[in-house]
Amino acid sequence: MKTFTNGILKENPTFGLVLGMCPTLATTTSAVNGMSMGLATMFVLVCSNVVISLLKNVIPDKVRIPAFIVVIATFVSILQLLMQAYVPAIYATLGLFIPLIVVNCIVLGRAEAFACKNNIGLSALDGLGMGLGFTLSLTVIGAIRELLGTGCIFGYNLYSSQYGALIFVLAPGAFICLGYVMALVNKKIKG
Amino acid sequence: MKNLIVAPAPHAHSGDSVRKNMLLVIAALLPAYAVSLAAFGWGALITTLISIAACCATEWVIAKWVLKQQPTLCDCSAILTGLLLAFNLPSNLPWWIVVVGAIVAIGVGKMTYGGLGQNPFNPALVGRVFLLISFPVQMTTWPLPQGFSGSYVDAATGATPLAAMKQIVKNGDMSLMDKLPDLQDAFVGFMGGSLGEVSALALIAGGIFLICMRVITWHIPVSILATVAAFAALSAPAGMCPCQYTALTLLTGGIMLGAFFMATDYVTSPMTGWGKIIFGVGIGLLVMVIRTWGAYPEGMSFAILIMNATVPLLNKIRPRRFGEVVKK
Repeated sequence: MKTFTNGILKENPTFGLVLGMCPTLATTTSAVNGMSMGLATMFVLVCSNVVISLLKNVIPDKVRIPAFIVVIATFVSILQLLMQAYVPAIYATLGLFIPLIVVNCIVLGRAEAFACKNNIGLSALDGLGMGLGFTLSLTVIGAIRELLGTGCIFGYNLYSSQYGALIFVLAPGAFICLGYVMALVNKKIKG
Repeated sequence: MKNLIVAPAPHAHSGDSVRKNMLLVIAALLPAYAVSLAAFGWGALITTLISIAACCATEWVIAKWVLKQQPTLCDCSAILTGLLLAFNLPSNLPWWIVVVGAIVAIGVGKMTYGGLGQNPFNPALVGRVFLLISFPVQMTTWPLPQGFSGSYVDAATGATPLAAMKQIVKNGDMSLMDKLPDLQDAFVGFMGGSLGEVSALALIAGGIFLICMRVITWHIPVSILATVAAFAALSAPAGMCPCQYTALTLLTGGIMLGAFFMATDYVTSPMTGWGKIIFGVGIGLLVMVIRTWGAYPEGMSFAILIMNATVPLLNKIRPRRFGEVVKK
């Protein structure tokens, strides 16, 4: 249980470990985009954690990073084809950032730091917790940026979009928003 | 009874204080503000009052309830930020955009870093650039000077001289030549633009007053203006007299306001003379690069913010210690 909650709060990939900043900043233009990016990463994270923990005794220590990458890339390819087939709209908006999950620090980091040292059950839990933590933080940032930038949340209109500050949909808004949310979360967690 | 304070030397106090310097800068801005009132009428008055009130309110609320400090409104820095922010906005801006700008200027630009003296970027410019990127349409709809004759909201708007100049430089469109103001109008300030930037004459007078009062030094304004002038003289478009182009470049847009009042902010400019000169040359170059090749017609606010980021590096240039002997 502790392995599971660790990823959501204390070692939250975005706010605690500060990993995976590239998708965090680039794909959170709306709550839906942030959430789908988070869920896609979670899928890869759980699958690769399970497989790597199964293979941990087979993979030679010296070539473990290339081996991890092969496993991760396999799942990313599966995910990419699935998304292209079933959710083409989201696939089109996330674009390049789906294949880039291969080199996402969180996925490789958990493989190296956790999955190759622990059993399948714990590794799956770790992947699930980290993935949920990532999804939550991306959704929160996406929701704030969408609300301030366009006046909507999950596409549901709260106020007229002419009052929205365009900067929050653009890159500078991503940095401003990430900074403030990170400061708040760390203040609440660490006290 | 007053307590006796035992402290090491020095004991003499020059009488300088944050409050005094801020008040002097505000005083130096008043002539330019008088021209703005004459040019833009009620809009200028309303925008300035809203901006100052919103800046002070934001500072008070954040200091009191977020940072839990004694609010420091008495040092007048929030008033100055509000005034400078208003100087950088079109005078017909909707009131709520002015409030958003003030909240961002004080909240994001200043208090996030811990308040006065801690901020790496000029708060008023942070507010302005935030608004420029967020509300590009409203922020680039400039009212034409009309005095108090028109009403606040439906002021007639038109292109600024800068936009016309950009067209001439970029597309070689000489038909826009008659859209340019003559030099005398540009110098006194009867042209379209942000609220406080129009009158070069009043801004120069204010700047010289500040230099004489030793509130700012000559390094930054002189190096900015010299760099801009040199760049403009060398890059004047064909078919336009270089002298006229240079003079118009210096007199339009935010160059004067930026050089004398925004770039010289104590907190966000380098400490040594050489540091200040490099800082000024950098701003001058960046402004002209943005104006000539960039997407925006004016680049003063971006140039100052970019150079603000280099100030910690420029402060590595140390003054020679008193009594130090230079090794040969």
